[in-house]
Parts: sequence; C-alpha cells; structure tokens
Amino acid sequence: MAEVTTEYLKSIVFQLNDEEYAMPVDLVGSIERMMHITRIPGAAPFVKGVLNLRGVVTPIIDLRTRFGFESVDYSESTRTIIIHHNNMDVGLIVDAAYDVIDIPKDRLEPAPEIVGSVSIEYIDGVAKHDDRLLILLNIDKVLADEALASKTAFQDKQV
Amino acid sequence: MEMNEYLDVFIEESKEHIQSLNDQLLLLEKDPENLDIVSEIFRSAHTLKGMSATMGFQDLAELTHIMENVLDAVRNHQLTLTPEIIDVVFNAVDALESMVLDIIDGGEGKKDVSDLIKQLEAIENGELVGETKSVHPATSSINTTINVNQDLDQFELAVLQQSQEKGFKNYQITVQLQETCLLKAARVYMVFEILEQIGEVIKSTPTVTELEDENFEYDFSVILVANDTPEAIQQKVMKVSEIDQVQINEVELGNQSTTDVSEEVTPQKGKEEDTSKKEASKSQLTSKTIRVNIERLDALMNLFEELVIDRGRLEQISSSLRDNELQETVEHMSRISGDLQNIILNMRMVPIDQVFNRFPRMVRQLAKDLDKKIDLQIYGADTELDRTVIDEIGDPLVHLIRNALDHGIETPDVRKQKGKPEEGILKLNAYHSGNHVFIEISDNGAGIDRDKVVNKAISNGVITQEQGQTYTDNQVYQLILESGFSTADKISDISGRGVGLDVVKNTIESLGGSITIDSTFNEGSTFLIQLPLTLSIISVMLTEVQEEKYAIPLSSIIETAIVHKKDIMRAHNKQVIDFRGKVVPLVSLQHVFDVPGEPNDEEYYSVVIIRQGDKMAGLIVDTFIGQHEVVLKSLGNYLTDIFAISGATILGDGQVALIVDTNALIK
Repeated sequence: MAEVTTEYLKSIVFQLNDEEYAMPVDLVGSIERMMHITRIPGAAPFVKGVLNLRGVVTPIIDLRTRFGFESVDYSESTRTIIIHHNNMDVGLIVDAAYDVIDIPKDRLEPAPEIVGSVSIEYIDGVAKHDDRLLILLNIDKVLADEALASKTAFQDKQV
Repeated sequence: MEMNEYLDVFIEESKEHIQSLNDQLLLLEKDPENLDIVSEIFRSAHTLKGMSATMGFQDLAELTHIMENVLDAVRNHQLTLTPEIIDVVFNAVDALESMVLDIIDGGEGKKDVSDLIKQLEAIENGELVGETKSVHPATSSINTTINVNQDLDQFELAVLQQSQEKGFKNYQITVQLQETCLLKAARVYMVFEILEQIGEVIKSTPTVTELEDENFEYDFSVILVANDTPEAIQQKVMKVSEIDQVQINEVELGNQSTTDVSEEVTPQKGKEEDTSKKEASKSQLTSKTIRVNIERLDALMNLFEELVIDRGRLEQISSSLRDNELQETVEHMSRISGDLQNIILNMRMVPIDQVFNRFPRMVRQLAKDLDKKIDLQIYGADTELDRTVIDEIGDPLVHLIRNALDHGIETPDVRKQKGKPEEGILKLNAYHSGNHVFIEISDNGAGIDRDKVVNKAISNGVITQEQGQTYTDNQVYQLILESGFSTADKISDISGRGVGLDVVKNTIESLGGSITIDSTFNEGSTFLIQLPLTLSIISVMLTEVQEEKYAIPLSSIIETAIVHKKDIMRAHNKQVIDFRGKVVPLVSLQHVFDVPGEPNDEEYYSVVIIRQGDKMAGLIVDTFIGQHEVVLKSLGNYLTDIFAISGATILGDGQVALIVDTNALIK
C-alpha cells in the first residue's frame, strides 16, 4: 500500500485539559461560543443538557466530564463543537478550538497504551504533526453510553 | 425531466384508484349482483389503464386492460361473477399495487403478470361462450377491412357500433406529415381541430399525449366518427400545410346481429351518463381543492414554528417595554398568527380513513387465512387527525387488528360451542373528545384470560406471585403490553411471536398517547388508544422550578391550585391533598427532576393538578408563568428515554424549556 500520493485527513484540532485532540472535519457542523444550556434531568452526568441551535434542540456533551477530567469554569475560549454523526446532532464542549490541519494519513499511528490522560477506548490513534501530538478521537465511543442506550448508535456498533 | 412532475401525480392518482378498486371489490363481494359497483370498478380500472399507458408502464396497462375486459363482460351480462373471479381480480389488484409501489421506489413498475393475465383471459374466454362471438368476430372483421393495428377496447368498439347504428360513418384516417415539417405538434393540433369540427375523434395512435410531445415519426392515425364523405374530410384535412398525404378508410364493424347491438347499447348509454356525471363531479372537486406536496406543507409548518417562537419573544419584549402602540401591534399580530396557526394545522389534518381504508382488505385476507368469519365494522372514518399522527398510527393499528383476529376472535366451531354467532365482530371506532382523538378496537372474541396472563407474567419474572393476586384486572391486561409477552398457545405467522404489543405501546406513547385494555373473558376485548390531535404546536402551562422552566401540556391539566402547607396530608408515606373530595397524590417537580437549589419553605405550594385517564396527581412547582403556545421539538436521536420528559420547546428568549410527560408522573 505504498502510495506515492499521500492522503490527508482534514481535521479540527481542539484543546482539552492542555492536550490537543483532533477529529475529522466532515463530522463538524459548526463551532459555537457558549450559549445557555438547559439541563436534562436524569440524563448521563456528562450530558450537560440541550441548547437551541438555530431552532434545533441539540444535546451537549461536556468532554471534560466525559473523560473524567476535573471540570473548570467556562471561559472566553470555551467552545461547543457541533457534530453530525449517525443521524444525531450533538455538541461537544471543549476548552478551545482553533485550528484545521491536514494530517497525512501515513502519519497516523495506533494509540500507544498510555496517551495523555484519556482512556484508550475513546482513541482511534495518534499523529505527530510539527512537533505536536494530536490525539484522534473515536466519536462512536465518545457518544456511546450504555446508560443512554441510544438504540441506533448501539445497533451500528454491533454491526 | 418533466416526466417527474407527472410521475408524482400519477403515483398519487394510481394509489387512489387502487384503493377505490379494493373498496369497490369488497362491496361487490357482498353484493355481486350490483352492476353499478362493477361500473365503478370498471371506471377506476379504465382510468388507471389510460394513465399507466401514457406514462409508459406497459405491464401495468396490460394487466388493467385485461382486467377491464373481464369487468366489461360482467357489466354486459356476458359473465356472472363468482367468488373465484373476484379472487382473481383481487390478486390482479394486488399485483397492480405492487407495481405502483415499485414505481414509487423508483423502479419501472415491471412485474411478471403473465399468469394473472392468463387467468383473467381464461375467465373472459372460458365463460363467454356464445355471446363472445358477437364481440370477437367484430374485432376480426375490423382487422380485415382495414389494418387497424391498434387494439380497440370494448368501450371504443361499442361507441363505434352505436354510431354506426345511428347512421354515422366510422373512418380510420392516416395522416402523413412532410418530413420537413418542423412543428409537428402544431400541425397535429390543427388536424385535430379540423377533425373535431367534422365529427368525433374516438381514438388516436399514437396517443394524444404522445402526439403533443412530438413523440412519433411522421404519421399518425385516428378513428373518427363523422357524417361527411371521405373526400370532403380529405380536402379539409389537406388544407393544413406541411401534410404529405391523408388516407381515409371506412371502418366496417362487420355483421352484428341487431339484438346483440341493442344489448350493447343499453348499458353503454348508462355508462356514458355515468362518465359525464363523474366528470362533472370531478371538475367540481378540482375547483375546490388543489394537491399540495406534503413537503411544502411541512416547510410551511417549520417556518410558522419559527414565527411562533418570535411571536413569543415579541410578546415578552412588548410587555417589558410597556409601549401602548407596540403592545397593540403585537397583540394584533398574535391574533392573526393564531388564526394562521389554526388554518395551517387544519390543512395538515387528514381523515383517519386514510389509515382505515386498507383494513377491510386486510381483514378479508386474514379471515381467509385463519378460516374465521369476521364482520368488520368501521365507524368515524372521517375523524381528522394531524398528518404526523396518521403516518405513525398505521402500524400499531395493523398490529392490534391482527392480534384481535388471531387471538381474539375464535374459529366458527369454537364460537358455536360457546353459543356465539359464527361470525365474529371486529369494531373500529374513531372519535374526537376534547383535545384528543380516541381509536377503539373491539372484538367479541375470547377476551383475555386473566389467569393465563398472570401465570405467564410470573413465569417470565415480570411480576411476583403476590402481585399476581393483588393486581386488578386492568393492571393484568396492561401486562400483555410488556415486552416479550405472548399468551398465544401456538405461534402463527400472523401474530404471537412475543414481539409486538410492546412495540405498539411504545409507538403510541412516543406519539404522546396512551393505550388501555378492557376485556371480559369469553365476551371480547377493547383496546382504547388515546392520541393527541396534533404533535407540532401545543398549549402548555409554563412553570418555574428554581431556575429551570418546565412546560406542562394544557391538555392534561385540570386546574391549578394554591395549597396551604397544613392541608397536605400523608398517606402511605406519600404527600396527598384532598382535591374536591378526591385524594390526590402530590409530586414535587424539584424532587423528580433533581433540580439544584434549596427546596422552598413557603406557607403555600403552587400545584398543577393533572389527569391521566381517571387518575390524578398534583405537581408542585415554584411559580406559574402562564399559558403559552409552544412548538414541540424532539430531544433528538441522542437523548432517548429521558424519564418524564416528552420533548422540548424553544421559548421566546431563545432558551430551551423541557416539556413534562405527565403520563409518566402519574404512574
């Protein structure tokens, strides 16, 4: 598979707990500043609630809580990345989102046993890019939760 | 490209015609002597044939054509209807339907129908001895006099015969256009105009539509009924420029015996009257209704929803600004948009008949498969429901009906033993009540065996032994809606695989409705479905609990009350109040929804009394904000199964408020 032309993975880079993460840009619908979030009683703890995204009620996940990091107050740089995945619109709260870069696909490596602080199951791989270490998130795993039992996502996973 | 536009219309209309075929056939089955029904079926088939031929769906056209022949024979007393014939026609309609479905799915509507055609032809020929002769030689005699390569159908033949009787002449005119002719369609139009002045055009090959689309080489032929001589016609037609030649042949219909013709003529007249009547009523209809693509209605609805949100916002602004002029304008706008809302919602209302109409056919088939005798009675088919509800309710109803037929109504033998009439009754009843629509499915079959359900529930671990004894009948019946529950002794492919009734329950609840079961052993069961009128815009009571806002659907609220702390009593470790002589349990929303903040310790509680069926509950909130019209939005695919929340809405200030699912709180 030694291709001459290198394929790139266009990714959004965002910051979480002083580490840099990446996810494919085609998943991303938009990046929003913080808005008023309505709490959903009884939802999983990492589900912050829902917000009104131009008329669409969109659930919001706090990635810090999701990965078990200590939660911090939202700041000027806090962003919500709205992604569209498996017919679901979900927003992810991150510390900052600032970059779109092309990661050469041949630079992707499987995740080593210990990478940063995120448990390995949420990670698709890592990539070194200009002295930066980017952690690629596995969105399926991030969204999936047994307690949520989102049926469609669950079935997809089993296939 | 333009075909697509027609295709939509074609699909819509074919569906209607197939539905009407089904309906009428069912009627005919009950009343085989009624020739009016046959005529009705014939007309539907005929239109369907014309439409599908125009659209180029050959198989469809062919099958309808042969079906039409059989029907025509019936109508003209050449054939007596037998149940077998009706069955074959039913099968043909099924095949038609599957072809139309294929077309809807983007296919070409192709299907091997040769078997059915053979069957139909056999019916047509096999039973048509004697009298067939009068028709068939006629066709062949045409073939010999002139080279009519188009197949004249019975109707056209009859018209030709009739006109011949009256002393008119039938001509086949073949017009050849010059190969240099540029605007073929225009020339064709001119020729037709002339021909129509002379007499009546019965048929044209290719069809008029094809001619208009210039979908032909350089010649076309028509069959004309006229009084003029061939020469006169030829001269007149040749006046149109760019015409190469005009060939006129007289069509001889052969030696028909007069008695045969008169027999043909009488029903013919009736039919012509019918057709004209139908056309009249059709034109009346078209002047009053238009077809609108449902997507456009949805788009309109979405836009209007946005407007409702802005209206809420404007109302808030104007009440805070206290500017008289602004307030007046906003009030006026609110009234107008209220009217607009009614109109839009009504536009989306469709009679439940759209769902019910497929059941007679289904029940007939099931009854046959199961060897049971069923009398299906449908009431309130004109009850209107929002389209979104209609779309969803079909499958659950199908399930319940299958269930009633399979497990409810017994076989004729068993019914006889029980001293019941052999024919079981399945009753479908729809009606409005308040802001809800109720659908009742009742049968006079075996009813639910309480003990069987209890034993099954205990063995499945759904309930405990003690519960089984203390449960009321209604609670027990409700158990059959739980998942993995089938009390049928034998599993059939109609129902009873243990998946099903729980799906029905889920679907209905996801629509904001509920289902209850009433049953008497050996006398029958009734499933009562309660549904909201519309799913998109609802009236709610907006309340505040600490910092959070919750909307409670007005349809489930009886009233609001301020209750003094000392009026709250305790029973079974629960807070209850005495509300107009009834003991009503209290539910604290702050507690249920874990709302952060100190519980308020005031003297008075604000309570919203809600009702579900005959059960009531009081929801404790902090403040009542007021009544609002809100747009119901779903929480999306990610958040499913949130307890006691049925959806969300966007308030005037852009924030999201959650809508409380009162049903969940009462249970």
